[in-house]
Amino acid sequence: MISSDAYLHVRGESQFIDDATLPEGTLYAAVLASPVAHGQITQLNLAPAQELEGVYAVLTAAHIPAQNQIGNLILDEPLLAVDEVHYCGQPIAMVVAQQADLAHQAVQAIAIQFAEQPAIIDARQAYRLGQLLLPPRTFSLGHIEKAWPQCDVVVEGTVESGGQEHIYLETQGAFAYPTENKGLKIIAATQSPSLVQRIVARVLGLPMHQIEVEVLRLGGGFGGKEEQATIWATLVALATFHLQKPVKLILSRHEDMRMTGKRHPYSSDFKIGLTHTGQILAYEVTFYQNAGASADLSPAILERTLFHATNSYFIPHIKATAISCRTHLPPNTAFRGFGAPQAVLVIEAAIAKAAEKLGVTAAVIQQKNLLKEGDRFPYGMTVTGNQSRRCWETAIQQYEVDKLAAQIKKFNAEHAFYKKGFAFIPICFGISFTSAFLNQASALVHVYVDGSVSISTSAVEMGQGVNSKIRQIASQIFSINTNRIKLNTTNTSRIANMSPTAASCSADLNGQATKQACLIILARLEKVARKKLQLRQVDEDEITIKNEMVCVNGKATNLTWSKLIPLAYFNRVSLSAQSHYATPHLYFNKTQEQGHPFAYYVFGTAITEATVDCLRGTYQIDTVKIVQDCGNSLNPLIDRGQVEGGIVQGIGWMTIEELIYTEQGRLLTDRLSTYKIPDIYFAPHEISVHFLENANNPEGLLHSKAVGEPPLIYGISAYFAIWQAMKAFRPDLQFTCSAPLTPEKVLLALYPNSY
Amino acid sequence: MVNFILNDKDISTDVFEGTCILDFLRHNQRLVGTKTGCQEGDCGACLILVGEWKGHLISYQSANSCLLSLGQVNGKHVITIEGLNQTDLTPIQQALLTEGATQCGYCTPGIVLAITGLFFNSSHFDSAQQLAAVDGNLCRCTGYQAIKRALIRVCQQLLSTASSLNHSKIERIAWLVEKQIVPAYFLQIPQRLQKYQLPAKPITTEMASVGTFIAGGTDLWTQPIDTSQPLIYLSPDKSLKGIHIEKNRCYIGAATTVEEIKNSPIIQAFFPKMTAYFKLIAATPIRHQATIGGNIVHASPIGDLTILFLVLETTLHLNSGHTQRTLALKDFFTGYRQVNKQPHEWVESLSFSLPSKHVLVNFEKVSKRTHLDVASINSAIQIHVEKDLIQQLHLSAGGVAPIPLYLAQTVNYLSGKKVTAATIRQAVTVAQTEITPLSDVRGSAEYKRLLLRQLIYAHFITLFPEQITLEALLP
Repeated sequence: MISSDAYLHVRGESQFIDDATLPEGTLYAAVLASPVAHGQITQLNLAPAQELEGVYAVLTAAHIPAQNQIGNLILDEPLLAVDEVHYCGQPIAMVVAQQADLAHQAVQAIAIQFAEQPAIIDARQAYRLGQLLLPPRTFSLGHIEKAWPQCDVVVEGTVESGGQEHIYLETQGAFAYPTENKGLKIIAATQSPSLVQRIVARVLGLPMHQIEVEVLRLGGGFGGKEEQATIWATLVALATFHLQKPVKLILSRHEDMRMTGKRHPYSSDFKIGLTHTGQILAYEVTFYQNAGASADLSPAILERTLFHATNSYFIPHIKATAISCRTHLPPNTAFRGFGAPQAVLVIEAAIAKAAEKLGVTAAVIQQKNLLKEGDRFPYGMTVTGNQSRRCWETAIQQYEVDKLAAQIKKFNAEHAFYKKGFAFIPICFGISFTSAFLNQASALVHVYVDGSVSISTSAVEMGQGVNSKIRQIASQIFSINTNRIKLNTTNTSRIANMSPTAASCSADLNGQATKQACLIILARLEKVARKKLQLRQVDEDEITIKNEMVCVNGKATNLTWSKLIPLAYFNRVSLSAQSHYATPHLYFNKTQEQGHPFAYYVFGTAITEATVDCLRGTYQIDTVKIVQDCGNSLNPLIDRGQVEGGIVQGIGWMTIEELIYTEQGRLLTDRLSTYKIPDIYFAPHEISVHFLENANNPEGLLHSKAVGEPPLIYGISAYFAIWQAMKAFRPDLQFTCSAPLTPEKVLLALYPNSY
Repeated sequence: MVNFILNDKDISTDVFEGTCILDFLRHNQRLVGTKTGCQEGDCGACLILVGEWKGHLISYQSANSCLLSLGQVNGKHVITIEGLNQTDLTPIQQALLTEGATQCGYCTPGIVLAITGLFFNSSHFDSAQQLAAVDGNLCRCTGYQAIKRALIRVCQQLLSTASSLNHSKIERIAWLVEKQIVPAYFLQIPQRLQKYQLPAKPITTEMASVGTFIAGGTDLWTQPIDTSQPLIYLSPDKSLKGIHIEKNRCYIGAATTVEEIKNSPIIQAFFPKMTAYFKLIAATPIRHQATIGGNIVHASPIGDLTILFLVLETTLHLNSGHTQRTLALKDFFTGYRQVNKQPHEWVESLSFSLPSKHVLVNFEKVSKRTHLDVASINSAIQIHVEKDLIQQLHLSAGGVAPIPLYLAQTVNYLSGKKVTAATIRQAVTVAQTEITPLSDVRGSAEYKRLLLRQLIYAHFITLFPEQITLEALLP
């Protein structure tokens, strides 16, 4: 089935925030962002902006009627800076003017001065200075100190991983207009409409019912619009509240890149101990997370880092510590993978380094230590429905790895400075929000008297195809044509108290809620049909709907969906249902760091092949070959797209996507001309995706599995594939891990200390 | 007043001619299928097609509407996604849909336009040309694989039935209409567009003394411009366009686009590897717009074309309306973004001696992302070796100095020498003394020094594979 949105997309008829027809008299906002990362505001003169003709207002924290606070997990983030600034790009004031150009011009006219202070941009430096968001957390299993003496080989090292800018192609923006009695309607590009509603209510001092937040779709989110869409929506709400006029704010790419948070950079120390056969006995790791200037989602991301510290391996003795450090970068935030990729990079680097020491390939250690059914994670959950070994073995067979290895060996022998390398990566990604309470969703299903169906859920469509999957569910339950079904906007007045569309589980949660709501309506329709067909209410006769026909014991009657629905209506039967779904059996005790945080795990294995030009230091990712556990895929076209897109994003993070800051904390790579994401040539020449067969998932929606985040982690194997190729050129190279592995780093590693 | 055809509508507007098309489309025309992505030509979300009357036919090319002003489409046909939509999906739209090549949808209209552009111009294209059509479009969702599959699908479907593609461009429009790639109104566009054609006004000294010159505008429009001065468009002036040979010299009009140079039979005949080099320069829609003159006058210390033409002993021909003068390209650059040109002068053309068949040329460029990226270092060489000795040599490098650098001392050192590993190593040592690279977003100074060494090695390994190996060059 094809996405309902796709038809509009290819015609350019799908609407994004900046495309909506605006009410008459809409004003435009622009934000004054701090040009310095840390300092006191010593002078702020708004008058030159206020005096410009066409400027309606220049708003600062002083104009906030209730709380100047947009923090979610921790209340540590002002909407607009007061007296001091903590990151470059922090909003200080907002101009509202007749035209967007004028608003920007007025922002430039504001006179502001700072007493600049030193900026901390490095997590370890922040740690040394005691700048922690929260006390460190540790997950452990076994007895790490007793384990070290049993190990034949122990290696230690450090891993750096850089941040990553989301580059959703649609930049952040929002638009609000006044409704009666000081109410507001906000059209936001957010993954978290209820969060926007709650924060706007808090900032303006209004009850939540006065605020309606609506989301049509996002032009990409990737986590970057989970928390960080809130600020722009709240700013337009503030302006609308004051001026009682519609106000719109769209960030330019440059503003977006300067002002918004990114994937967290991590700096980590590891120590890993193994037997001489490659059995991992002990693993100790400390993660220093660069949280940026305020908490945002950092504590939750840190938690997922700990959950995924051992990736897809069983390790009997573990100590994993994670520390969230406050720095003067924009608040770092959710990004596809949510802290897991950073953790996986460290364990994979540890394995690579151990393999170097043992004189084996990393694959030997990886395969040997893959999870087995019933293995226990440090946080107390055991693995059930384990597919890690099947995925690995299927990959080896499906993709003829022996042949690949031989081809690469031959290629390397034949080429002086073009070298190839390949690397495996297994994944095991826990599905559920790790905060158990978020694992809930609602759906509201209306069947209209003409037989068309409207569905509202708490899921936000951002390209991941959640609307298509939900439409598919409803179409299956009712057994009607998908063309009858429309997925409505995500709206806080139709669905209350939504969890964000995040954690890969929105299709699961909202699909389950939709399924339940459809089943409620279906049960009512059955009664109507029985009556019409003059069957007894309690009867052996089975009533079903198949392809829009009411069937009795599988045999079609002349009662169709088109007739049944008005019949139900005229019999005063409700054709609407609301349903709520909460994932069962989830809990986590943070005091003991034990529990059952996940509904299930997604498994997979990828093999990545790269070619490095060891003369010039450049590289190409040739192929990525994957076995993906999608359960019983709801929609292979969508799932394949998610896998391919995730990998390329992950490869970008590992290779060319580089955030460069000045020592003063100003981002230098703040445009698409300097921050490079993969283009069509840089993307792997070939990505093969094989869905693991016979992989039913009883815990998932119609036996399916989530797919959004896990594949990003495959991208990590690009680092190791490139490294293997480099090693083919220089066998004496000692493994180091500092991502992204840019062409600069490759060349400097191949020819150290040349200049 | 700017007059042009927008999709099937005649536009006559007095909106400021320096307004970018993207804003005009979205705000003045409410055609919001063209998306704002980066406003600097890097993402292709705003891609449009621009058709230009070429005397007997229309030539259509993709362009980034964020880097194109209203004044630049005067007398042209502008196509947006709205202008392609028909009752049924076009085969291109259908292929993207079938292959799941659209996820969030934000980049999709640009991609539809880019692929449509492919079918306007080529009679035959291979898979590399298919890919090149969308090389200026970023997508953050799909990882490009589904886009590639859609491209393959639509090309197979249309080209299998396309022996008819051998016909002229006018006939091709009929074919495009027949295949429902474009709506029927396109059939009338050639006639309609002819009415818009006015003779281009030659540039005069008076205009030049008060105005701002615009060539392709691909760099100019990334920054706000002074709207108080008149804009002088160089590209419509036919005398500034084209490539020809005269008395063993090749002349290139300053307003010739990068893509025109890339596709020129003259250039390809004398420099067979030029197409490969040009693939490393910008992306297709930018190459359609950017000009050689603009690249040179812009004086970026890392301008790809500048670096390439520096080794061809290029001469610039400047004009100020009443006086003309010539100048060696290597003497044109006087400091960071400073050139030996009066404000009212414009570059008319450049010329260079056609190389003999014994002369070898190589161009190297390394950037963080191989395509559509600014180089960390680029370098070009022209070399003539006879009787084992370097008879003639030119070597340039970008990103190592405030100006596009002609490596005079290195050239001096190598001239008359034998091509040996030891000589090249020593030449690199000389080169290191005449460069002053800075650490910036394109790389650290240390990296740039190392990279220049490697690229000089690459020149010799590429041109003299029998004599020079990397192994021999390394200590």
